[in-house]
Amino acid sequence: MNIVGNLNTIGYGLSAIGPGIGVGIVFAAFINGVARQPEARGQLQGIAFIGFALSEALAILGLVLAFALQA
Amino acid sequence: MTTTATAPAPGFEAPGVDAFQLPPLFGDVTKPVLQLVLAAIIIVVLFRVATTRMQLVPGKAQFLGESFHGIVRNTVARDMIGPEFLKYVPFLTALFAFVLVNNLFGIIPFLQFPTFSHPGVPYALAGLVWVVFTYVGVKHHGFGGYMRISTWPPDVPWWVRIILTPIEFLSNIILRPVTLSLRLFGNMFAGHLLLVLFILGGEYMLVVADSITLKILSPFAFLMGIVFTFFEAFIQVVQAYIFVMLTASYIGTVLADDH
Repeated sequence: MNIVGNLNTIGYGLSAIGPGIGVGIVFAAFINGVARQPEARGQLQGIAFIGFALSEALAILGLVLAFALQA
Repeated sequence: MTTTATAPAPGFEAPGVDAFQLPPLFGDVTKPVLQLVLAAIIIVVLFRVATTRMQLVPGKAQFLGESFHGIVRNTVARDMIGPEFLKYVPFLTALFAFVLVNNLFGIIPFLQFPTFSHPGVPYALAGLVWVVFTYVGVKHHGFGGYMRISTWPPDVPWWVRIILTPIEFLSNIILRPVTLSLRLFGNMFAGHLLLVLFILGGEYMLVVADSITLKILSPFAFLMGIVFTFFEAFIQVVQAYIFVMLTASYIGTVLADDH
């Protein structure tokens, strides 16, 4: 079998695992918080989006490096 | 891989970085440059229209402008910056409008190119943000105070500090603008690539490929392209919001008096 492609793609897939789990945890905590205390929604929303952005950064770095580091 | 095509058709080449290398329109002016200027003009005109003849009971244009300003003031600046937030609302509003319009260019017909999918553009914008929050921090605390806030968390044993201070310095001063710009760039880049992939794939299946099965299946590729256009619209708004939200939080942390 002959597979043609770039190993960078696999690297990007690996780098997306952690952020995927992280983003899931962030929004799970956000939903939990709103369910327990609906009036705190506004405050929690900002924190949730910052947490989302920070954990997503790793996946984005992986994506950029997948294109930037050409073999 | 087995191919179903009977006669040799040229293989499908997935779009890559080359899809973003647009030829200059005239002189050195490329499409992103034109869109940056266009975005600035659109924003100036819209806010002009919204703020002329301001009344106590707002008309439609004034209502839209005030809502936009209100979103930034109430959900971003007030929560993130603290008591002195009003001073920074104009900057944040302008930033939000600029990033939002430039992102939405990615799905507006005939433009269909998110300006920030060229890395140079978000680098410049994040550089501006870096200058602003560094200036605010240095002005508020003095240079030493700003460095202390950024790299010297209180109540930490000295042997942790050896590792922690370089990390804090790296993450708070150097990596902040890098991640800020790369996040925006990466999202716009990936989103545009996704749309290009679906549309070009559909076009290949319909026009170039010989297999009748692929021709019949090609509408699904276009359908996915349309679905992802809506998804992209959502991502573009969220990314503009996150960009301005993180800017506000950076300004907020350099203004904070102590941890």
